[in-house]
Amino acid sequence: MPLNIDGTIDGTFQLIGGNFTTAGEASTQLKLKLSELGVDETIIRRATIATFEAEMNVIIYAAAGWLHYYITSRSITIKIADMGPGIENIELAMQEGYSTAPDWVREMGWGAGMGLPNMKKNSDLFKIDSVVGEGTTVEMVINFP
Amino acid sequence: MKLSDIVKELSLEIKTYKDGLQNNVTGAYVSDLLSDVMANSKEGNIWITLQTHMNIVAVASLKGIKGIVIVSNRQIPEETLKKAEDEKITITTTSMPAFEIAGKIYLLLK
Repeated sequence: MPLNIDGTIDGTFQLIGGNFTTAGEASTQLKLKLSELGVDETIIRRATIATFEAEMNVIIYAAAGWLHYYITSRSITIKIADMGPGIENIELAMQEGYSTAPDWVREMGWGAGMGLPNMKKNSDLFKIDSVVGEGTTVEMVINFP
Repeated sequence: MKLSDIVKELSLEIKTYKDGLQNNVTGAYVSDLLSDVMANSKEGNIWITLQTHMNIVAVASLKGIKGIVIVSNRQIPEETLKKAEDEKITITTTSMPAFEIAGKIYLLLK
Protein backbone atom coordinates (compact mmCIF):
# COMPACT_ATOMS: atom_id res chain seq x y z
CA MET A 1 0.00 0.00 0.00
CA PRO A 2 1.63 3.28 -1.04
CA LEU A 3 1.84 5.84 1.72
CA ASN A 4 0.12 9.14 1.63
CA ILE A 5 3.24 11.24 1.06
CA ASP A 6 3.24 14.22 -1.28
CA GLY A 7 6.48 14.56 -3.22
CA THR A 8 9.70 13.75 -1.40
CA ILE A 9 10.59 14.13 2.25
CA ASP A 10 14.32 14.37 2.70
CA GLY A 11 16.96 15.02 5.28
CA THR A 12 20.72 15.17 5.72
CA PHE A 13 23.10 14.30 8.53
CA GLN A 14 26.76 15.07 8.78
CA LEU A 15 28.89 12.30 10.26
CA ILE A 16 32.27 12.84 11.84
CA GLY A 17 34.88 10.10 11.75
CA GLY A 18 35.88 8.76 15.16
CA ASN A 19 32.91 10.33 16.87
CA PHE A 20 31.45 7.26 18.55
CA THR A 21 29.57 9.45 21.01
CA THR A 22 26.86 10.47 18.59
CA ALA A 23 26.75 7.17 16.69
CA GLY A 24 23.17 6.20 16.01
CA GLU A 25 21.73 9.70 15.89
CA ALA A 26 20.99 9.68 12.17
CA SER A 27 19.36 6.25 12.42
CA THR A 28 17.33 7.31 15.45
CA GLN A 29 16.05 10.44 13.69
CA LEU A 30 15.21 8.49 10.56
CA LYS A 31 13.41 5.82 12.60
CA LEU A 32 11.30 8.52 14.27
CA LYS A 33 10.50 10.12 10.93
CA LEU A 34 9.39 6.81 9.40
CA SER A 35 7.25 6.03 12.46
CA GLU A 36 5.60 9.44 12.21
CA LEU A 37 4.76 8.74 8.57
CA GLY A 38 3.19 5.42 9.50
CA VAL A 39 5.66 3.30 7.55
CA ASP A 40 5.37 -0.46 8.04
CA GLU A 41 7.32 -1.80 11.08
CA THR A 42 9.32 -4.31 9.04
CA ILE A 43 10.46 -1.57 6.68
CA ILE A 44 11.43 0.65 9.61
CA ARG A 45 13.47 -2.19 11.09
CA ARG A 46 15.32 -2.80 7.81
CA ALA A 47 15.98 0.91 7.21
CA THR A 48 17.20 1.35 10.78
CA ILE A 49 19.67 -1.54 10.59
CA ALA A 50 20.98 -0.45 7.17
CA THR A 51 21.34 3.20 8.24
CA PHE A 52 23.03 2.40 11.53
CA GLU A 53 25.59 0.12 9.88
CA ALA A 54 26.29 2.83 7.29
CA GLU A 55 26.70 5.42 10.03
CA MET A 56 29.12 3.17 11.91
CA ASN A 57 31.22 2.57 8.80
CA VAL A 58 31.74 6.31 8.33
CA ILE A 59 32.55 6.77 12.03
CA ILE A 60 34.96 3.83 12.10
CA TYR A 61 36.79 4.32 8.81
CA ALA A 62 36.36 7.81 7.38
CA ALA A 63 37.30 11.35 8.30
CA ALA A 64 33.77 12.57 7.63
CA GLY A 65 30.71 11.81 5.61
CA TRP A 66 27.12 12.68 4.81
CA LEU A 67 23.97 10.68 4.98
CA HIS A 68 20.96 11.76 2.93
CA TYR A 69 17.56 10.17 2.94
CA TYR A 70 14.65 10.59 0.56
CA ILE A 71 11.21 9.23 1.38
CA THR A 72 8.48 9.03 -1.24
CA SER A 73 5.12 7.27 -1.19
CA ARG A 74 6.78 4.14 -2.59
CA SER A 75 10.25 3.82 -1.10
CA ILE A 76 13.04 5.16 1.02
CA THR A 77 16.44 5.89 -0.45
CA ILE A 78 19.49 6.30 1.77
CA LYS A 79 22.70 7.70 0.30
CA ILE A 80 25.97 7.85 2.16
CA ALA A 81 29.11 9.51 0.87
CA ASP A 82 32.31 9.64 2.87
CA MET A 83 35.78 11.08 2.72
CA GLY A 84 37.51 7.92 3.76
CA PRO A 85 40.32 5.63 2.67
CA GLY A 86 38.14 3.89 0.06
CA ILE A 87 37.79 0.15 -0.36
CA GLU A 88 40.45 -1.69 -2.37
CA ASN A 89 38.46 -4.83 -3.08
CA ILE A 90 34.71 -4.35 -2.86
CA GLU A 91 33.96 -8.01 -3.54
CA LEU A 92 36.06 -9.01 -0.56
CA ALA A 93 34.56 -6.27 1.63
CA MET A 94 31.08 -7.59 0.83
CA GLN A 95 31.97 -11.03 2.18
CA GLU A 96 30.54 -11.77 5.58
CA GLY A 97 33.31 -11.92 8.17
CA TYR A 98 35.87 -9.94 6.16
CA SER A 99 37.01 -6.79 7.92
CA THR A 100 39.94 -4.39 7.94
CA ALA A 101 39.00 -2.86 11.29
CA PRO A 102 41.81 -2.26 13.77
CA ASP A 103 41.93 -4.22 17.05
CA TRP A 104 40.55 -1.44 19.24
CA VAL A 105 37.43 -1.26 17.06
CA ARG A 106 37.01 -5.04 17.24
CA GLU A 107 37.31 -4.91 21.01
CA MET A 108 34.24 -2.66 21.00
CA GLY A 109 32.34 -5.39 19.22
CA TRP A 110 32.48 -3.68 15.82
CA GLY A 111 34.51 -4.78 12.82
CA ALA A 112 33.07 -8.29 12.63
CA GLY A 113 32.68 -8.02 8.87
CA MET A 114 28.91 -7.84 9.09
CA GLY A 115 28.27 -4.19 8.31
CA LEU A 116 28.15 -4.12 4.51
CA PRO A 117 26.43 -7.55 4.27
CA ASN A 118 23.81 -6.35 6.78
CA MET A 119 23.25 -3.23 4.69
CA LYS A 120 22.85 -5.24 1.50
CA LYS A 121 20.59 -7.82 3.13
CA ASN A 122 18.20 -5.16 4.34
CA SER A 123 18.01 -3.25 1.03
CA ASP A 124 16.04 -4.00 -2.12
CA LEU A 125 18.66 -2.13 -4.12
CA PHE A 126 22.25 -1.76 -2.96
CA LYS A 127 24.96 0.13 -4.85
CA ILE A 128 28.48 0.75 -3.67
CA ASP A 129 31.27 2.71 -5.35
CA SER A 130 34.66 3.41 -3.95
CA VAL A 131 37.86 5.14 -4.96
CA VAL A 132 40.95 4.35 -2.91
CA GLY A 133 42.25 7.52 -1.29
CA GLU A 134 39.06 9.45 -2.01
CA GLY A 135 36.08 7.78 -0.41
CA THR A 136 33.09 5.52 -0.68
CA THR A 137 29.48 6.09 -1.67
CA VAL A 138 26.61 3.75 -0.94
CA GLU A 139 23.04 3.96 -2.15
CA MET A 140 20.31 1.80 -0.64
CA VAL A 141 16.67 1.66 -1.62
CA ILE A 142 13.98 -0.06 0.40
CA ASN A 143 10.61 -0.37 -1.31
CA PHE A 144 7.41 -0.05 0.68
CA PRO A 145 5.11 -3.06 0.47
CA MET B 1 7.83 -11.81 32.01
CA LYS B 2 8.44 -8.44 33.57
CA LEU B 3 12.01 -7.18 33.68
CA SER B 4 11.52 -6.53 37.40
CA ASP B 5 10.83 -10.24 37.99
CA ILE B 6 14.05 -11.24 36.22
CA VAL B 7 16.01 -8.63 38.16
CA LYS B 8 14.60 -9.86 41.47
CA GLU B 9 14.94 -13.57 40.71
CA LEU B 10 18.59 -13.29 39.64
CA SER B 11 19.63 -10.45 41.99
CA LEU B 12 20.74 -8.20 39.15
CA GLU B 13 22.02 -4.79 40.14
CA ILE B 14 20.09 -1.95 38.53
CA LYS B 15 22.33 0.79 37.13
CA THR B 16 20.01 2.94 35.01
CA TYR B 17 16.39 3.80 34.24
CA LYS B 18 14.39 2.07 36.96
CA ASP B 19 11.08 2.85 35.20
CA GLY B 20 12.05 0.30 32.55
CA LEU B 21 11.59 -2.51 35.07
CA GLN B 22 7.91 -2.51 34.18
CA ASN B 23 8.75 -3.57 30.62
CA ASN B 24 7.76 -6.98 29.39
CA VAL B 25 10.63 -9.23 28.30
CA THR B 26 9.77 -11.76 25.61
CA GLY B 27 13.16 -13.31 24.99
CA ALA B 28 16.89 -12.84 25.31
CA TYR B 29 19.92 -12.47 23.07
CA VAL B 30 23.57 -13.09 23.96
CA SER B 31 26.28 -11.45 21.87
CA ASP B 32 29.25 -9.13 22.11
CA LEU B 33 29.22 -8.27 18.41
CA LEU B 34 27.12 -5.19 17.87
CA SER B 35 26.31 -5.84 14.23
CA ASP B 36 25.10 -9.31 15.20
CA VAL B 37 22.77 -7.78 17.79
CA MET B 38 21.58 -5.24 15.20
CA ALA B 39 20.86 -8.05 12.74
CA ASN B 40 19.47 -10.79 14.94
CA SER B 41 18.07 -9.55 18.25
CA LYS B 42 14.32 -9.08 18.52
CA GLU B 43 12.22 -6.32 19.96
CA GLY B 44 11.38 -7.16 23.57
CA ASN B 45 14.65 -9.04 24.12
CA ILE B 46 16.90 -8.64 27.09
CA TRP B 47 20.53 -8.41 25.90
CA ILE B 48 23.36 -10.17 27.70
CA THR B 49 26.82 -8.79 26.88
CA LEU B 50 30.23 -7.82 28.23
CA GLN B 51 30.39 -4.65 26.11
CA THR B 52 30.09 -1.50 28.19
CA HIS B 53 30.88 1.39 25.83
CA MET B 54 28.13 3.80 24.95
CA ASN B 55 27.22 2.38 21.53
CA ILE B 56 25.37 -0.44 23.32
CA VAL B 57 22.73 2.13 24.26
CA ALA B 58 22.15 3.17 20.64
CA VAL B 59 21.91 -0.46 19.55
CA ALA B 60 19.45 -1.30 22.34
CA SER B 61 17.37 1.77 21.64
CA LEU B 62 17.22 1.21 17.86
CA LYS B 63 16.29 -2.45 18.26
CA GLY B 64 13.69 -1.98 20.99
CA ILE B 65 15.68 -4.03 23.50
CA LYS B 66 14.08 -3.91 26.92
CA GLY B 67 17.11 -4.25 29.12
CA ILE B 68 20.85 -4.90 29.06
CA VAL B 69 22.64 -7.27 31.43
CA ILE B 70 26.35 -6.56 31.73
CA VAL B 71 28.14 -9.71 32.83
CA SER B 72 31.12 -10.52 35.09
CA ASN B 73 30.82 -7.34 37.13
CA ARG B 74 32.37 -5.20 34.44
CA GLN B 75 32.64 -1.53 35.21
CA ILE B 76 30.40 0.67 33.10
CA PRO B 77 31.76 4.06 31.96
CA GLU B 78 29.90 7.08 33.30
CA GLU B 79 29.07 8.30 29.75
CA THR B 80 27.31 5.00 29.01
CA LEU B 81 25.21 5.29 32.18
CA LYS B 82 24.26 8.86 31.34
CA LYS B 83 23.30 8.00 27.77
CA ALA B 84 21.24 5.02 28.96
CA GLU B 85 19.36 7.23 31.40
CA ASP B 86 18.68 9.77 28.62
CA GLU B 87 17.55 7.11 26.15
CA LYS B 88 15.49 5.25 28.75
CA ILE B 89 17.41 2.00 28.58
CA THR B 90 17.63 -0.13 31.72
CA ILE B 91 21.13 -1.42 32.35
CA THR B 92 21.74 -4.06 35.00
CA THR B 93 24.88 -5.90 36.07
CA THR B 94 25.67 -9.33 37.45
CA SER B 95 28.79 -11.04 38.77
CA MET B 96 27.92 -14.12 36.71
CA PRO B 97 29.61 -14.76 33.34
CA ALA B 98 27.45 -14.75 30.19
CA PHE B 99 26.97 -18.54 30.02
CA GLU B 100 25.60 -18.76 33.56
CA ILE B 101 23.29 -15.78 33.43
CA ALA B 102 22.02 -16.80 29.98
CA GLY B 103 21.20 -20.26 31.33
CA LYS B 104 19.29 -18.82 34.25
CA ILE B 105 17.36 -16.34 32.10
CA TYR B 106 16.58 -19.13 29.65
CA LEU B 107 15.01 -21.17 32.45
CA LEU B 108 12.97 -18.18 33.63
CA LEU B 109 11.63 -17.38 30.16
CA LYS B 110 11.11 -20.97 29.00
